[in-house]
Amino acid sequence: MAFALLFSVGALVFVGGLAFRIARYARTPAPLKIPTTPAPVTLAGVWLRMAREVLLFESLFKANLWIWAFGVLFHLGLVLVIVRHLRYFTEPVWGWVAVMQPFGIYGGMAMVLGLGGLWGRRLLVERIRYISTPSDHLMLLFLLAIGGSGLGLKFLLHPDIIAVKAFCLGLLQGNWQPLPGNGLLLLHLTLASLLLVIFPFSKLLHAPGVFFSPTRNQIDNPREARHLSTWAAALDGEPPHG
Amino acid sequence: MADTLQPPPYRVIPIIPALKPGAMGQVRSFVANEKIQTNIGFPGRLVDDWKERALERMGQLLGQYRSLRVFMDACVHCGACSDKCHYFLGTQDPKNMPVARQDLLRSVYRRYFTLAGKYFPKLVGARDLTKEVLDEWYTYFNQCSECRRCSVFCPYGIDTAEITMAAREILDSVGYGQKYTNEIIGKVHSIGNNLGLPGPALEDTLLGLEEDVKEDTGVDVRFPVDVQGAEVLLITPSADFFAEPHIDSLIGYAKVFHASGISWTLSTKASEAGNFGMFIGNYEQLRKIALRIREAALELGVKRIIVGECGHAWRVAYSFWNTLTGIGAGAHDPYALQLQHQLDARYKQPTHICEFTWDLIQRQALQFNREANDAYVVTFHDSCNVARGSRMGDYAGGQFDIPRHIIRAVANKFVEMDAATIREKTFCCGGGGGLLTDDLIELRVKGALPRMEALKQVADEQGVNFMATICAICKAQFSKVLPYYQFDRRVVGGVHQLVSNAIVLGRPE
Ligand code: HEM
Ligand code: SF4
Ligand code: SF4
Repeated sequence: MAFALLFSVGALVFVGGLAFRIARYARTPAPLKIPTTPAPVTLAGVWLRMAREVLLFESLFKANLWIWAFGVLFHLGLVLVIVRHLRYFTEPVWGWVAVMQPFGIYGGMAMVLGLGGLWGRRLLVERIRYISTPSDHLMLLFLLAIGGSGLGLKFLLHPDIIAVKAFCLGLLQGNWQPLPGNGLLLLHLTLASLLLVIFPFSKLLHAPGVFFSPTRNQIDNPREARHLSTWAAALDGEPPHG
Repeated sequence: MADTLQPPPYRVIPIIPALKPGAMGQVRSFVANEKIQTNIGFPGRLVDDWKERALERMGQLLGQYRSLRVFMDACVHCGACSDKCHYFLGTQDPKNMPVARQDLLRSVYRRYFTLAGKYFPKLVGARDLTKEVLDEWYTYFNQCSECRRCSVFCPYGIDTAEITMAAREILDSVGYGQKYTNEIIGKVHSIGNNLGLPGPALEDTLLGLEEDVKEDTGVDVRFPVDVQGAEVLLITPSADFFAEPHIDSLIGYAKVFHASGISWTLSTKASEAGNFGMFIGNYEQLRKIALRIREAALELGVKRIIVGECGHAWRVAYSFWNTLTGIGAGAHDPYALQLQHQLDARYKQPTHICEFTWDLIQRQALQFNREANDAYVVTFHDSCNVARGSRMGDYAGGQFDIPRHIIRAVANKFVEMDAATIREKTFCCGGGGGLLTDDLIELRVKGALPRMEALKQVADEQGVNFMATICAICKAQFSKVLPYYQFDRRVVGGVHQLVSNAIVLGRPE
């Protein structure tokens, strides 16, 4: 029961916190045109640029192949793992989720490998060690612990999957079910709920943030269309002061 | 000081240097005095309640600029940008790594504006805003040229220039401004240009130029000023009026106008393209300086506005003028339409002088004697604000191609520098963003290292002896630092300097 509560609270904080952040990003005006050029000159072009950033990490690829490789390994792995986990929350399990199941396992391994690589860089590369705060290390350890415990559940201490699924569906339906008592499972789920809580208060905000980055999401057309935010527009026609 | 200053050695292989913490901690640009500060509406010296006021200003900026808001949150400390800044490469000071520079501000943001930083400051690297932190802001935010190279490589496009501008704005608002930039902003308001050249002196200079060109070519090339009803208003950096090698490009523009037969004029009121308001991130100043050009355009009744060779000025003109003053197209509000009805909508407003010249070349309206530039093996230095903060022509990246097309049309020998140092990856000259002052000469010399390495390579291997560029700051900065790297100062020059050498002006009158 306590677990169901923890999980539900985690989910609420996650959704609420994230919605708050996103609303604030969206409300904050961008008074000037500042796309990093060369930038797309059409809206379709901006969508493409954003897609390349989010799906391929294009800028990171230009910057540093090691970070890019480990980063892709981790994030791609994460996506596969999330897809695999959908089976706990859908009944009947969607067809494509069923097809993706085995890839989820590889995803888990890739994720752990990628995280390990990123952490290795954080420890070994002088420049990156210099800029790292304790939370940067902890975040990687934290995700490693989630990934590691998840792989442990697959390969070492198999829990009662039927009961886990009943628990998860119960959460969604507001009909809380007991969780099978497996220490590793408890650890895995506690960490996962904590992750949900931490998400809106940490650097994990890079995920929504990238979509709001003015240097990436603006169309390069300042000469063709007058770009005005509300507070800047209010100055028009006023004599300048200062 | 300048004489004993040693440039960093060329790196044999351009490896990423080891860190030297504190290497540039003592290099501090001169602080603005009371007169300079109050002259442009900032507190004269550091106010007593600077901490409260700095935090208050920071809160306001977070609400006004989405860039700042998102960039403060989004950085994951991945380190992709950490080796991309010329000032880091040249000085090895870790606080000149873009992410570390941002963190000077971000650590304070976290402390006062985020839950994690309020309750677990150590964990997330949050810091109290102390006088030491404020001093550190002053030091290192005046070691960033706002060149945006880091933003090219960041997976979220985090632009340290935006953060530097915000930090400088906060510093100015508590009375801790930089002398060089703020003094110049004062001059542009009182006299009309950054160099403080009054109207009559400007007219004299231009008359002198007409005589020089007549002597050189036998042709009556005019340098008109304040001509009511001219077709084109040319807005150019004031260095073009008398600094070397800038003036040779001004002569180039005049010859192009002469050959095209299009009437043009300069303006004594708006005798400056530069806009240092951008450097200090102050929207009011940015706007106020830009408005001079709107006023001059309305008064003179011109149909087109063309901008001379100046990097940050072109960024302001291209990206911001429409927003700030209505110089552009596509407005729906009466304020901007007043001007946009006057301007000729068949042309891009504003137009870069390179767009103008290249258009004439394409229409075969200009003739060149390319051999006139045969003494030169030319390369092209992309200026950061043009490369990463603006565009030319009709497609993304036109700002790279058009100046190169012009060079190829007027000179026979053209060579590119290393691909990792040109186009959007270009390195700043080391003197942009309000740092072109003698009190920062050490920073300027060291920051030029990556460009000097690339130049040295093509000089040694392909005999390059002329580096063309389209920025007044680049020209001034390179003229100064080239000798430290054993180059002649005249290796740098303008694209329109090459145009000037080669253009055929028809029969002498
Ligand atoms: C739109 C979705 C996302 C995009 C585009 C994205 C992109 C990136 C990129 C480009 C990096 C830098 C490279 C690297 O260090 O791997 C990064 C880092 C990171 N991402 Fe994401 N990410 C997304 C979602 C997520 C999510 C959902 C999580 C977590 C649960 C996450 C966790 C992390 C972490 C922890 C790092 C830092 C790695 C380190 O410390 O080096 N990301 N992300
Ligand atoms: S904007 Fe340019 S000078 Fe400033 S940190 Fe980035 S790379 Fe360095
Ligand atoms: S590249 Fe971007 S996200 Fe990575 S450390 Fe630099 S600023 Fe932060």
